[in-house]
Amino acid sequence: MNMSTEVAQGPLTVLIADDNMTDRMLLSSIVRRQGHSVITAGDGLEAVRVFAEQRPQLVLLDAMMPVMDGFAAAREIKRLAGEALVPIIFLTSLSEEQALVRCLEAGGDDFLAKPYNQVILAAKIKAMDRLRRLQATVLEQRDQIARHHGYLLNEQRVAKAVFDQVAHSGCLDSPNIRYLQSPYALFNGDLLLAAFTPAGDMHVLLGDFTGHGLPAAVGAMPLAEVFYGMTAKGYGLQETLREMNAKLKRILPVDMFCCATLLSLSFQRGIVEVWSGGMPEGYLLRGDSGERVPLVSRHLPLGVLSPARFEDRTDVWPLAVGDRVLLLTDGVIEATNADEELFGVERLLAALGERNAQGEVFDSVLSALSAFRGEYRDDFSMAELAMVQPDYLKPPALIYSDSGQSSPLDWSSSFEFRAETLKRFNPLPFLMHMLQEIHGLRPQSGALYSVLAELYSNALEHGVLGLDSELKRDARGFAQYYEQRNTRLTQLDEGYVRLHLHVRREGEGGRLVIRVEDSGRGFDARKALATPARERGLSGRGIHLIRQLSQNASWADDGRSAQVEFAWEQQG
Amino acid sequence: MMIEQVDTPHVDHAVLQGLQEVMGDEYPLLLDTFLSDSQARVAQLHEAQNAEHLSMAAHSFKGSSSNMGAVQLARLCSQLEERAKRWPIFELQELIRLIDVEFANVQALYGAERSRFAA
Repeated sequence: MNMSTEVAQGPLTVLIADDNMTDRMLLSSIVRRQGHSVITAGDGLEAVRVFAEQRPQLVLLDAMMPVMDGFAAAREIKRLAGEALVPIIFLTSLSEEQALVRCLEAGGDDFLAKPYNQVILAAKIKAMDRLRRLQATVLEQRDQIARHHGYLLNEQRVAKAVFDQVAHSGCLDSPNIRYLQSPYALFNGDLLLAAFTPAGDMHVLLGDFTGHGLPAAVGAMPLAEVFYGMTAKGYGLQETLREMNAKLKRILPVDMFCCATLLSLSFQRGIVEVWSGGMPEGYLLRGDSGERVPLVSRHLPLGVLSPARFEDRTDVWPLAVGDRVLLLTDGVIEATNADEELFGVERLLAALGERNAQGEVFDSVLSALSAFRGEYRDDFSMAELAMVQPDYLKPPALIYSDSGQSSPLDWSSSFEFRAETLKRFNPLPFLMHMLQEIHGLRPQSGALYSVLAELYSNALEHGVLGLDSELKRDARGFAQYYEQRNTRLTQLDEGYVRLHLHVRREGEGGRLVIRVEDSGRGFDARKALATPARERGLSGRGIHLIRQLSQNASWADDGRSAQVEFAWEQQG
Repeated sequence: MMIEQVDTPHVDHAVLQGLQEVMGDEYPLLLDTFLSDSQARVAQLHEAQNAEHLSMAAHSFKGSSSNMGAVQLARLCSQLEERAKRWPIFELQELIRLIDVEFANVQALYGAERSRFAA
């Protein structure tokens, strides 16, 4: 945008209005000699008419004129001029102060006393012209700014339309989510995404990009693509985080980043996994006790650290049906009122303390904010996620785009993942990708993924790492369990998990046999099977879940080997 | 009633010089315009119906006189403009007569100046 437009200097057209012919002639000569062109009028009315017809840039107006005097003519000329500045210099032999004041009040910009002094007149014309050109420049720049503002708004509209296409596959309208987000939150840098994993878990991201406008919005699109893409393929939170961080680090300028909280809600296991970088505290709200657990931000925002130094450690909390997680951006805490006070953490905690049933905490915060500000504004984002029964939510069916003619229907494959690999690699998305090539299996993708994930996690955590599943009995033991998991995984230097996949035709359909073996010490499978299923998710090896979702589940080799089957009747 | 008589010159020659410089070839035309314009204005003074008209007429005449360097004439018009706002007309007749006299002087002097140039 070129803002150096300046209205050029040059000769002017000057209107000289005076009822005295001598004075008119004299003044016309003087002004012509200064390089300008002159038009004249003999009374106020004629002056207004000539001005309207010829639009001179400057007016020299005798104060005392018949028909319409100079003051009235000046007012009318100023009105006709509108936004533009047409300087009016009154010609007067009036000496009383009152008369001079009248000149300025009538809209005059200056006055020139008789007898005329040419030098003074020239100086006044020059000064007035400078003002005139300044005003014209200001108006032109103002119009340019308005035009560019219009372009900017249009660009934002287009960007938002594109972004809405990228974010369309989200599940923010799921019944267990309540959220507040302004339609143009994107341009405040706020981002709220939610999606189901193939197993029926829910990943949620609340992000806050640095900056405003398009620069803030532009980072959101690649981030959303990574989030949705990886979640749909069954990648875990940590892998998704590493990928999002690496992407933002690579594409964003040095001073830009994204504060974020990422959640994985597992309804089957009754847990929530949390990663938070640079965001204000989120809150875990217990449904029964009303206890409030702060979810503190322990990491740097996304896009700051290089991939090698990025920390993906998550915290895991048990979550019972009726418990909720509340997330918010710093727009809440930093909201100001008319006295420039901050809403602050204390007021937020007070609002949180007031209600506890689902949805009421949300309303409580909203009304506290509105009361504080004296008005309702939506320049912040907030989300409340509830833990519900595992079958309560219906994730949408996965959509595939191929025809199925090339399904692999008769094959076997074996993998052995050893210590180095177990530490850093999640094989599940890769295996699922392969298994989803079998069209007949696709309707069972959710169950298949859940079972595979459970078997693998058992093999790794209870088998290779030797973690005691009984630890996950209560909240404190829970925390201990995950701490131990992280420590032992980091220190792991031997052990393995083997996966064997076997696919064969069966009548019109087919059958998949999965066997998972680990190098651990095993467990008493029969005893575990005899114990009834305890409170969902906490403790145990999810054995009942595995039996429920697959066929012919069996354990061998002292519990170190587990086998399940999936069958389908048609090829899809 | 005293009317001030001061020893003011009739014409300011420096002004005339300046006018000649500004107007160049049109200087004679300016002098002609002034002389004929002024005649009309003197008539206006005599024909004025009320104090306001008289004051305005005097004001205008004052303007052109001072621009043309006819200082004494300008001074008299200024006095008339002022007094016309407060005094009854019949008391201003003496001042108007003095203006007539001064204008006769002006006619003579400016006429002489005019005749320095070819017609």
